[in-house]
Amino acid sequence: MISAVLILNARGHVLISRAYRDDVDPRSIASAFRSQIIATKVSDRSPVKTVGSVSFMFVRYEEMFLLAVTKLNSNASLVFEFLYKLIEILKAYFDGKLTEESLRENFSLVYELLDEIVDFGYPQNCEAQVLKSIITQGGMKDVKPHELSQRLKEMTGAVSWRKDGLKYRKNEVFLDVVESVNMLMSAKGSVLSSDVSGKILMKCYLSGMPECKFGLNDKLMLAAEKRKGSGRKSYKEIDIDDTNFHQCVKLGNYEQDRTISFTPPDGEFELMRYRITDNIVPPFRLLSPIVREVSKTRLEVQVTVRSVFNNRLFGKNVVVKIPCPKNTAKCKIHVASGKAKYKAETSAMHWSIKRFPGDTEFSLSAEVELISSTLEAKKWSRPPISLEFQVPMFTASGLHVRFLKVYEKSNYQAIKWVRYVTQAGSYENRI
Amino acid sequence: MSTPAKGAPGFFSSQNKRSEINEWRLMLSNEKEGVRKDAVKKVIAAMTVGKDVQMLFSDVVKCVQTNNIELKKLVYLYIMNYAKTQPDLAILAVNTFEKDATHPNPLIRGLAVRTMGCIRVGKIVEYLADPLRRAIKDKDPYVRKTSAVAIAKLFDIDKQMAIEQGFIESLHELLTDPNPMVVANAVKALSEIAENSEQVTLDFTPDIIRTLGAALNECTEWGQVFILDALSTYNPRDEKEALEISDRVVPRLQHANSAVVLSSVKVILRMMRWVGNADEVKNLSKKMSAPLVTLLSSEPEIQYVALRNIDLIVQRRPGILAKDIKMFFCKYNDPIYVKLEKLEIMIKLASERNIDTVLLEFKEYATEVDVEFVRRSVRAIGRCAIKLERAAQKCIDVLLDLILTKVNYVVQEAIIVIKDIFRRYPNRYEKIIGTLCANLETLDEPEAKASMIWIIGEYAGNIENADELLEIFVETFHDETPQVQLQLLTATMKLFLRRPEVTQDLVKQVLKLCTDESENPDLRDRGYVYWRLLLSDPAAAKNIVLAEKPVISDDTSTLPKNILDDLINHIATLSSVYHKSPELFVSDYKKKSSTLPNRSPSPPPSQSNQDVFGTSQQQLPPPTTTTNKSTDLLGGLDELLGGITTTAPIPTSRQSHPSDDPFGLDSMMMPDSNYQQSSSSPMVKSIPKNLLLSAQKGQGLEIYGAVVNQQGSIKYSLSLSNQSQQTLTGFAVKFNQNCWGLAPTGPLNCPALYPGQTENVMLPLGRQSQANTTKKNNILQVAIKTPQFPQPVYFQDKFNMTVLFENHGKLGEQDFLNAWGSLPDELATELVPTQPGWNKEDVRGVLAGHNVFYVANHSDQTAVNYYYSAKFVFDGQEYVVVMELMFPNGSNRFNLSVKIADMTFAAVISENISSLLLQ
Repeated sequence: MISAVLILNARGHVLISRAYRDDVDPRSIASAFRSQIIATKVSDRSPVKTVGSVSFMFVRYEEMFLLAVTKLNSNASLVFEFLYKLIEILKAYFDGKLTEESLRENFSLVYELLDEIVDFGYPQNCEAQVLKSIITQGGMKDVKPHELSQRLKEMTGAVSWRKDGLKYRKNEVFLDVVESVNMLMSAKGSVLSSDVSGKILMKCYLSGMPECKFGLNDKLMLAAEKRKGSGRKSYKEIDIDDTNFHQCVKLGNYEQDRTISFTPPDGEFELMRYRITDNIVPPFRLLSPIVREVSKTRLEVQVTVRSVFNNRLFGKNVVVKIPCPKNTAKCKIHVASGKAKYKAETSAMHWSIKRFPGDTEFSLSAEVELISSTLEAKKWSRPPISLEFQVPMFTASGLHVRFLKVYEKSNYQAIKWVRYVTQAGSYENRI
Repeated sequence: MSTPAKGAPGFFSSQNKRSEINEWRLMLSNEKEGVRKDAVKKVIAAMTVGKDVQMLFSDVVKCVQTNNIELKKLVYLYIMNYAKTQPDLAILAVNTFEKDATHPNPLIRGLAVRTMGCIRVGKIVEYLADPLRRAIKDKDPYVRKTSAVAIAKLFDIDKQMAIEQGFIESLHELLTDPNPMVVANAVKALSEIAENSEQVTLDFTPDIIRTLGAALNECTEWGQVFILDALSTYNPRDEKEALEISDRVVPRLQHANSAVVLSSVKVILRMMRWVGNADEVKNLSKKMSAPLVTLLSSEPEIQYVALRNIDLIVQRRPGILAKDIKMFFCKYNDPIYVKLEKLEIMIKLASERNIDTVLLEFKEYATEVDVEFVRRSVRAIGRCAIKLERAAQKCIDVLLDLILTKVNYVVQEAIIVIKDIFRRYPNRYEKIIGTLCANLETLDEPEAKASMIWIIGEYAGNIENADELLEIFVETFHDETPQVQLQLLTATMKLFLRRPEVTQDLVKQVLKLCTDESENPDLRDRGYVYWRLLLSDPAAAKNIVLAEKPVISDDTSTLPKNILDDLINHIATLSSVYHKSPELFVSDYKKKSSTLPNRSPSPPPSQSNQDVFGTSQQQLPPPTTTTNKSTDLLGGLDELLGGITTTAPIPTSRQSHPSDDPFGLDSMMMPDSNYQQSSSSPMVKSIPKNLLLSAQKGQGLEIYGAVVNQQGSIKYSLSLSNQSQQTLTGFAVKFNQNCWGLAPTGPLNCPALYPGQTENVMLPLGRQSQANTTKKNNILQVAIKTPQFPQPVYFQDKFNMTVLFENHGKLGEQDFLNAWGSLPDELATELVPTQPGWNKEDVRGVLAGHNVFYVANHSDQTAVNYYYSAKFVFDGQEYVVVMELMFPNGSNRFNLSVKIADMTFAAVISENISSLLLQ
């Protein structure tokens, strides 16, 4: 498994390293990483590379490399999952900011974490919530033996993600359904592929060891309920292609009758992810955009965006990015609504509309002047127009939370809140 | 305390450092714990940036006497770092470790056991055993889960001790621990130990499998992966158990962690091998497809691993994602490595139903920025054309559109793939040649030029100005690469043979350029071959150069079956990412039987050769000299010479890692692979003669003999001895028809044999085209008569098949690998001894003397494997034999595995080769 974990800066200098096995030396690993992977630009073209007998696997985060090395035929997906988990843990400890500086300031804490979460290269418990109970920045001074053994039971136990004995005055649960719409449209306006990858995020402030049950308007779940005779109301049914759950969800139950039951971790976590490809309503459409190369030095652009959701709703922070060639000199842009500007660093016009009501159309027209170059320029690759947006209280898939039940020994009433938002994933329209 | 360094930064840095160290030393012995902790922190900070602080070892170790866990951990960290260089000092810490291992705080007990295992100093190991034994039985699961891992560490330091002291059994016991995390760590530790040791095996009982299944529901995501990976090596007893295990694992496909999903897929794919029920198989396949697609919404690196695995899975079960091709469309912002893999999978999933959409995608990609991606997209179009016959026209149309873009590298790539399309569908699309020729001047890459020239040569008859076109290239002949030059030579020949009247000057010019002015031996040789062919027999030249070429085939499922099997067993691991078996990149990978392709020895060919010899006597044809295979050889000449004709250089998925050697040839092929040259080795042993006919059965004639191969001519080396009372004269010999067409090509030149006399004779043998190929064996049935005998005497001889091996049987490494992969399961022998005192070189020499050629070797911890190849002709067909001789270390016995397209030969070959090595 993992022989060593290193965090390096963009130039490949070690910020922190921890060897778990004797078969590698972090110092020579770092220099091999610099010469074989950063200098050769392999880092841009593959996340895995074996040099000699050492295999490097790395991810990038904010100008840093998180690198794991192994000399065995290790499980690569596990290693990458672990590296992402490590980012998550460090962020949780550093108030969401993982930077070179925060690593340097907290090096002893990071060492302590690296010692706890991996043993001999085998990842151990990596739940930040639980780790915080035994690794604290201030040191654990007044922990009674009884309490400690309880914490350790959490570390290793069946419910490794939740501490026992939590108490809240107000028992509250917040559910956020966040859908990212991925859409690819051809230049002719036909949808090449579209899907929704959704997340259900949960914020739990619940006392004790609650047992939650959760229902969606999933076709199969409704069918299962009907079989049992418990389905009462009729809902618009949706077809979920696939779901992934947080480890707290009892997968056996789900497989059996599609019920989602779990004991949630405390605080914020991602309960589930899902993917839907059928019957998606993409909230925005580009109506036959025109990007015409009139001459070698001039481009004409005409873009109309239409919102296709209920007019009681509205889109937020809509940004339409219209790519221009690298040799763009000047853009004359006219927009009916919002603001538009050419940004040289992305070689694109950014047209942003703060509030975009449902069922309306806005247009942009522009003339782009190009610097004529004497070199015979390579043909412009015409990258796609991309969209960013958020539409609150709307799900592109039609997914809908039917119920969330909370059972606890003490029988308290939990207050539940549900929010929906649809945002753009990779939303591209070719031109 | 003062800080003296403050005033003089950098001046006396060594002094500076010394004072810093002294300052820390004082702080480390300060009575306040807070100060000590700060000091240790400073020391470790210095250690992190690479400063040498080991002189503080004893001072730091003293600080371990504390109840402050944070401080203790820091001290332990320091000890771990320096224990290796300061083993004597590390012993100072032993006391502390032992004490901490019985500390009331389980966190500290765990920490002590964990850290002790990381200190790889021999002396410490002795002290580790007792605390470890206690830790295994600790009441706190945190300590127990740590102890399981500590056993793996101990094993890594001292295998013998770990086994002798019963720690492996302890691990087995921990498998049934009530705590799921303990179980998971124990499984992982045990799996890794078993992977690296001969003495430990991972034999799960069905009970343990059930316990593991139960723990699967409760442990951490990593623990689930450990358990699943272990399950994926388990062989269920029957279909029922296989289905039970699958059912337990299926829910894991919904897990958010991609490693859990992929390892579940691995288990299910393995269990499916035991499932015969088609509905169940279909059902399980269906359950895997959506989760596999979902992996595409994870982080790019995870997507990459998933895509490499999906590539394997669709090769095994093409139906599994047939409907999901759209999910593999590239997004503009996907990293390049994700895009290239998606492309590869799109080609694999392309079908006549979806080809229109797919082509539109590829065409779109061909306009993107990344040159490699663009080229691969263009090639993808060509590969689809080759894969899907009915879509070929559509693909060609797209390629022609792309050529019109005039983007230099797009055009060149398109021409290269169009050449492949021509090779796949000859004489079907030559209408487009005009368009291609219009782009002649843009070509500047050798491969594209060579392809274009090949097309011109191949269709010289249809291209009116072919000579002019070729002349363009001839003008710059000396600047071209050998690849282009060779192609140009062949193309000119083709043109000349089709239109001799107008191209005489051109062909002369090119032949002269190649033979007189070129330094390249290949080019010169080919030039001479052509030249002489033209001089001696223009008609033959035509037959050879313009011979029909074999059609190339679809290469989208590139991995041979047994390699694919092996890789599927390794889903989610690096092996599956590289599409390479682990032994090819892990330095000391133990070859475990579970990862090997199934070696199922096929039964030896039945040898009921009690052919009634008498009846077939009339069938013995007159001995004639046969022309052997010459026509065949020449027919294939263009194949050999035409350059491009070897399978088209379509990139495969492997090329995504140009520097990665997909089959680990580096490690496998030793530099001495051209050893074959040293056949001057004195070790060339002849085949010993056997008693063929006893005097008793032979009316007093005793014959010893063997078929031998002397520099390519096959002879029967006979030793005739007259044990009778009369003189024997006028010997005549006849062979019964045999599958090889072997027959004497001359008389048996044996002088009169007086009673008691022995004579050695060589009977020349030849291969006739007529042969009775129904029985494939190595048996010769021979009749000998003399006027003195009332009737002929008969004997039969099992000759050594290696005498029929061709002297060009040496395969290149790549060809060998291809052959090994594409041939059916091998036939493996038990350990066979070699001649005492022979070393591996001797073996190599002996085999080379018998046209069994060394290709490569590969050694690992346990054995050295030598790879050999040979070729022979049977029934007008050439057969390739590939062999692996595995010598376990330190043994001069070997395992021989033989692979050949027709396995009925394998037993004979394996027996014959073994006999060569023990005489």
